[in-house]
Amino acid sequence: MEYLVFLLKIIISSVLVNNIVLSQFLGICPFLGVSNKVNTAAGMSGAVCFVMALATLVTYLLQYYVLIPLGIEFMQTLVFILVIAALVQMVEIILKKTVPSLYQALGIFLPLITTNCCVLGVAIMVVTKEFTFGTVTKMLNLGESVLFAVSSALGFALAMIIFSGIREQMEINGVPKPFKGIPIALITAGILAMAFMGFSGLV
Amino acid sequence: MSKLGIFTKGLIKDNPTFVLVLGMCPTLGTTTSALNGAGMGLATTFVLLLSNMVISAVAGLIPDKVRIPAYIVIIAAFVTILEMLMKAYVPSLYATLGLFIPLIVVNCIVLGRAEAFANKNGVVDSALDGLGIGLGFTCSLTVLGLVREILGSGSAFGWKFIPADADGILAFVLAPGAFIALGYLMVLFRKIVLKK
Repeated sequence: MEYLVFLLKIIISSVLVNNIVLSQFLGICPFLGVSNKVNTAAGMSGAVCFVMALATLVTYLLQYYVLIPLGIEFMQTLVFILVIAALVQMVEIILKKTVPSLYQALGIFLPLITTNCCVLGVAIMVVTKEFTFGTVTKMLNLGESVLFAVSSALGFALAMIIFSGIREQMEINGVPKPFKGIPIALITAGILAMAFMGFSGLV
Repeated sequence: MSKLGIFTKGLIKDNPTFVLVLGMCPTLGTTTSALNGAGMGLATTFVLLLSNMVISAVAGLIPDKVRIPAYIVIIAAFVTILEMLMKAYVPSLYATLGLFIPLIVVNCIVLGRAEAFANKNGVVDSALDGLGIGLGFTCSLTVLGLVREILGSGSAFGWKFIPADADGILAFVLAPGAFIALGYLMVLFRKIVLKK
């Protein structure tokens, strides 16, 4: 029971309290770049969720069963980014052959994910950082890491979808010329981040 | 384009933060103070300069189909070197910037310059381009960091100008202030520097 509460805390903390986009500043490029339409935002979030869970699983195993036993932790950055790039390619090929409908929906977003810093960011975070949820502070194990990755991706999805909804509305409103495009999007994101700060007492 | 032109275009005309809007994660994540911003900018400049030079030197040898993975390996190698150097010589800055140092690998400015400039220009031009864009990035981060530091903690470059027991506007040190400050700076840059 206590453990279930701990898992629940991981989910709430990474979706709402420490939202990966609005409070950790990871994945800002797709957050600003592909959030003009709700549909594309949802597609991108789906692809990120899928790749992030898979990438965290693989890089976690690599870190603890290859890099640490061999004593080459300094190769972490290089190995992780190559694994993510290869994984994205592989997911693309497999989806194309097996689930064409899903590939249709996510296909164009997959290549963009390699350079999405939230995937590499989460993969590095779970193997280097101690996490504090409530009263417990510890390094996450494999299952918890994947759970953390999935809920971080859900947090990304939540931020993306809310933000794209706001931006769709903003299209039809008059915005002063120097504010058009990115600046007004940034200011909106700031207000959204302030709203998310309201969750900070939850965990 | 003249050598000077290649160097200076990164500062204003192709400023990576305010005009190209690239590398937003470190821009927002590390600029809690002017010095942190400058440190992040210089770290990125280091990687950008060296990876630009190496990529322009070996671009002819890499088959076109595998060029992106090859560039990523070169960039990741320099990021690893940077990580080790920073851990050894500036451990406190390394601890403050934390995750954003390994994340230079996926900074779109670095890969963007490799793809857009370094693979079709000579070593000297690519070095100038990397240095120019890197310094443009450093200046933008320092300015953003300075604005956030003045508003958020009432100090500039670590020198506190408000009474010791007074607080700044906390929101500017936290996440929302980063977005809002960058948004307004971008508007000012468009209005004053680009005259749009």
